[in-house]
Formats: sequence, structure tokens, C-alpha cells
Amino acid sequence: MTGGIFSIFIVAIFIENFVLNQILGICPFVGVSNKIDSAVGMGLAVTFVMVLAGAVTWSIQEFFLVPFRLEYLQTLSFILVIAALVQFVEMVIKKTVPTLYQALGVYLPLITTNCAVLGVALLNVRKNYSLVESAVNSLGGGLGFFFALILMAGIRERLEVADTPVAMRGAPITFITAGLMAIAFYGFAGLV
Amino acid sequence: MNWKELTKGIWAENPIFVIMLGCCPALAVSTSMANAIGMGIAATFVLIGSNLIISLIRAGVPDKIRIPVYIVVIATFVTMVDKFMAAFTPALSEKLGIFIPLIVVNCIILGRAEAFANKNTPLDSILDAIGMGLGFTIALSLIATFREVLGEGKFFGIPVPLVRNDPCLLMIMAPGGFFVFGLLMAWKRHMAAGGAK
Repeated sequence: MTGGIFSIFIVAIFIENFVLNQILGICPFVGVSNKIDSAVGMGLAVTFVMVLAGAVTWSIQEFFLVPFRLEYLQTLSFILVIAALVQFVEMVIKKTVPTLYQALGVYLPLITTNCAVLGVALLNVRKNYSLVESAVNSLGGGLGFFFALILMAGIRERLEVADTPVAMRGAPITFITAGLMAIAFYGFAGLV
Repeated sequence: MNWKELTKGIWAENPIFVIMLGCCPALAVSTSMANAIGMGIAATFVLIGSNLIISLIRAGVPDKIRIPVYIVVIATFVTMVDKFMAAFTPALSEKLGIFIPLIVVNCIILGRAEAFANKNTPLDSILDAIGMGLGFTIALSLIATFREVLGEGKFFGIPVPLVRNDPCLLMIMAPGGFFVFGLLMAWKRHMAAGGAK
């Protein structure tokens, strides 16, 4: 451990950015990054679900799977919990904050199959994080996703009007851009 | 036998380059041929198993809860593959890391369950699964060929002349994956649109 909660947070956002460094959550990253508005909605929804999922899956691993020696059910239980959690969050937001629901509504169901969410839950367990560390790592991971998504949306709004070769338009040029962004993100490596 | 169900996954409806499903493992584990083929076999096994089971039980599953049911079926097969690989190919299992359990959320598998196995016979579903699995494996191997040769100077672990002394390390890191994937996808589109222009 390279010391402290804060360094976990910074590492999760910048150095081990979920999208650009760990290559998790590429589908929504490419799919939802064509407009800044939708990128903000998706980023917020993912961050929110990731923190909740990080905390809940940690509790399940610690209080249920390990004591009962059911570690082999990890994948199955985590994905079911995440799916249930997404449904639950959707219902709660719909009842309590309708305006937020309108902004995030369409993105919530997509989050279940976002591999960054299951990925952060599995990584927390593999790295033996405590509850607080898991929550911080999930928050950092979510914000990192948010950050990468917004940067990409900003670039893509410009790319729309650029003179790109026909075959490169849309997804291919997005991947090339993501590659350049990933190289830029290596610059953060010396931060912690 | 409907051979079209088998062949469409390989080129015309290639899951990675055309429908763009399952990009995360395609980028993350395509650093070497061994990883790419290992991942391809694991995903193909899960695809065949889940497509078969889902096409068999589809009549008995109420429409409203079908997605959770699919997820349970898929997660069961993924757990089997995960444990199997950890026991028999520990080195590969170590390298692929969390990307084996992450097959659960690989959109190809749930996508085929929903779009194909849900509506077709078990035999057609198996053919579809084999075709999609092959398409996935081929796409992964193609990306891995470029990345392993350029990034490590090797192919299947065997040194390649000309590049072996001077590999470009960037290619086996995340940016290399993005570049190769983007260029290959553009090439596939260019070919599909009628080639030279």
C-alpha cells in the first residue's frame, strides 16, 4: 500500500483511470460520449452506482461469502446484487427526485452491463481493501470514468465538424482519440 | 442445419468490429496471442452454454424476469470457466485476471441471448454461439497479432526477426490497444463499403 486513503483516490481517478488505463467500461465510453449533456448524465449515474455497489459488494464478500465459504459464488452474487441495486436506485430516484430521474433515467438500466461497475467490485476484493478504502476506490473510479467521458465528449463535439475520412468516422476515430488520451494520462504516473 | 447462422458471426456480423459488442476484453487482453486465444475459448464456451440453456428454457421463462434469468445462467457458466482455468491453466488465469469473471457483463453474451437464443431453436442457437465465438476469437487474435509482434517483437512467444530487438512497448499498453482497434475497425468498414477509393 502506498499510504493512505487520499492516494487510493488519486490513483483511481488519474493513474489507473478505469477507461484509459484499465480498459473497463469501453462500451458506454464510446456509446454515450457524442454529446456533453448525455456524458454528464451517464458519468453521474455510473459514479453513484459504483460507490453503492462497491460498498454493498464488499459487505457481501465480508459478511456472507467468506464466513460461509461461498467464495465461488462471487461472480454470480455480485452481478445479481448490482442488477438489483440498479433497479432499486432507479425506483428510489424516480419517487424522490423526479428531476434527477429525468436526467439519469435512460442511463440507469445500461449500467448493469457496464464492466467498470463489476470490475471495481472485483478489484476491491482482489486488493483486500477495507470498507472505507473500497468506497473511496469506487468513488475515484467513478469520477475517473466521468472525467474521461466528459473529455471525450468535448473532443467528439469538435470531431463532428472535422474532415475525417469516411471509414474513420464515428467509432474508429474515437478509439484513436482515446489512445492519444491514454498516452496523455501516462503523464499522471508520477503524481503519487 | 443452417450454416448461415454459423458463418455470419465471423465476418458480416462480427461481434467486435461490426456490432461493436464486447470491446473491453478485446482491448484489454489482446496483448499476446496466447491471451487472445485463451479469452476467445473461454468466451466461446460461455456463449455456447448460455445460448443452449436459454434456447431450451425460453418457453418456461416469464418475459418480465427473463434478463435476470439470463444473467444467472451466464454467471453460472462464467464461474465454471473461471474455476476450470484457475485449476488447469493457472498462468493464463493469472494473466487474464478480472477479465474472466467480467465475461458475465460482456455484452456479446447477453446480447446473443436476448437477440438470438430467445427466439430460435437450440441447434440454431448453438451454431450462432459457435459463429459469434469464432468471430470474437478471430478479432481478438487479429488485434493481438499486431500488438504482440510490434509491442514485444514476438509471435506466440517466438521472436520475430527485424522487430525482436526493438519492440515498441506502447503497443502492449492501453494506447496501443486503442490504436490497433480503431485502425482495424476503419479497415473493416472500408472493405465492407467496397474497398479501394
